[in-house]
Amino acid sequence: MGEENKVILHGMWASPFSKRVELALKLKGIPFEYVEEDLKNKSAEILHYNPVHKKIPVLVHNGKPIAESLVILEYIDETWKNNPRFLPQDPYKRARVRFWTSFVQQHLFETMFTVVKTDGEAQEKAVKELLEKLQVLEEGIKEFFPDGNICIDSNNVGLLDLVLLSVFGPYNVQEEVLGIKIIDMEKTPLVYSWLRAINQLPLVKESIPPHDKLAAVLKFMRENALKSSSA
Amino acid sequence: MSEEVKVFGAWGSPFSRRVELALRLKGVQYEYIEEDIFNNKSPLLLKYNPVHKKVPVLLHNGKPIAESLVILEYIEETWKSNPILPEDPYDKAMARFWAKFLDDKCLPALWKAGWSPENEREKAVEEACECLKTLEGALNGKRFFGGATVGLVDIAANFIAHWLGIIQEATGHELLSAEKFPHLFKWTDEFVSCSIVKESLPPRDKLLAFFKDRIAGAMDAPTEASK
Repeated sequence: MGEENKVILHGMWASPFSKRVELALKLKGIPFEYVEEDLKNKSAEILHYNPVHKKIPVLVHNGKPIAESLVILEYIDETWKNNPRFLPQDPYKRARVRFWTSFVQQHLFETMFTVVKTDGEAQEKAVKELLEKLQVLEEGIKEFFPDGNICIDSNNVGLLDLVLLSVFGPYNVQEEVLGIKIIDMEKTPLVYSWLRAINQLPLVKESIPPHDKLAAVLKFMRENALKSSSA
Repeated sequence: MSEEVKVFGAWGSPFSRRVELALRLKGVQYEYIEEDIFNNKSPLLLKYNPVHKKVPVLLHNGKPIAESLVILEYIEETWKSNPILPEDPYDKAMARFWAKFLDDKCLPALWKAGWSPENEREKAVEEACECLKTLEGALNGKRFFGGATVGLVDIAANFIAHWLGIIQEATGHELLSAEKFPHLFKWTDEFVSCSIVKESLPPRDKLLAFFKDRIAGAMDAPTEASK
């Protein structure tokens, strides 16, 4: 008979990509085994399951591996059809969610990454770009919250919520380490309220790593990046 | 009930041609609007894609969708004939993985390798060849990435089947050869030989002239191509 629906997640505690998959599984109530990967010493399994990118997260479902967090999230939604549904049913609404998810992932996250890895003029430029893009997001998400009301509970968390959370959920940590205001209640009130609402969900609260641990990782990443760029 | 389907595109853009190919494969009638993306984007394009201001944009009964892979998934979910994605969630995930690989890694690497200055070329070519090698493996002896018929990944890889060869000819630098990547090379043939695909590709000589112009322009001043 064997293992029906055996789910293993290979992840890393500080990775936003890994975190979003972990949350997705928990939100849907899917039992899974979690394997913490040491990114400096990747396991044979990761290299076997994700030979193309050699990265986490990798979801292994009944022995079959899937890589790339957004691909994994859609797979989870299609395989376990209980609430919360990460994507709406209507094709046009699905396209809007995918569009904004892609924006957050490819534009906001990448720019945020540059802010973390640079200083001086390069960082100033990246910060300006980040804040501009956050304004674009602020405008764009009005279509999801037409009357300004943000009602997120564990039954209606979606793909975009998960991705936004993984990028800016720990914004307090980011702002503290970088000394820069990123999520401003006055400038981007919707994004601010949205993040607050997602961060309040019980499952999210228990899954977020401790502030100090995250701050230490971010500081380390930044120091490393600055050191190697000035070498 | 009439259905209004419009595509805002650019004749030379592989991303825009992906959308047209998907619609044609599914037998969907559409109106095509050519955008002058280098010099003069239309007010309609800016209205329908205010975030990126780019082609392609699909307009379906007045509702705009941007980003070619997002559009392809929309097309698949809206018009059910001749599916471009498998039914099985795992196989679908694999297709999405490869489409993402093409857009995130492969196409940027190929583009960079095609246009790199001399001193950066070796590294860029190495990275591009790694990507091609990976795709060769992904094809795994199949006729198309989609199996027996053209699917999402084949559509997403259109650049490799058509644009890459033309850029190689314009620059004189070869990346995809039959010796190094026999299956992928054969796939390019299979792909462009499909009649529906052929109709949806920009004319070879026009593209070649465009790229040659770009090279000549780049030699004078290293700015974005103007035509």
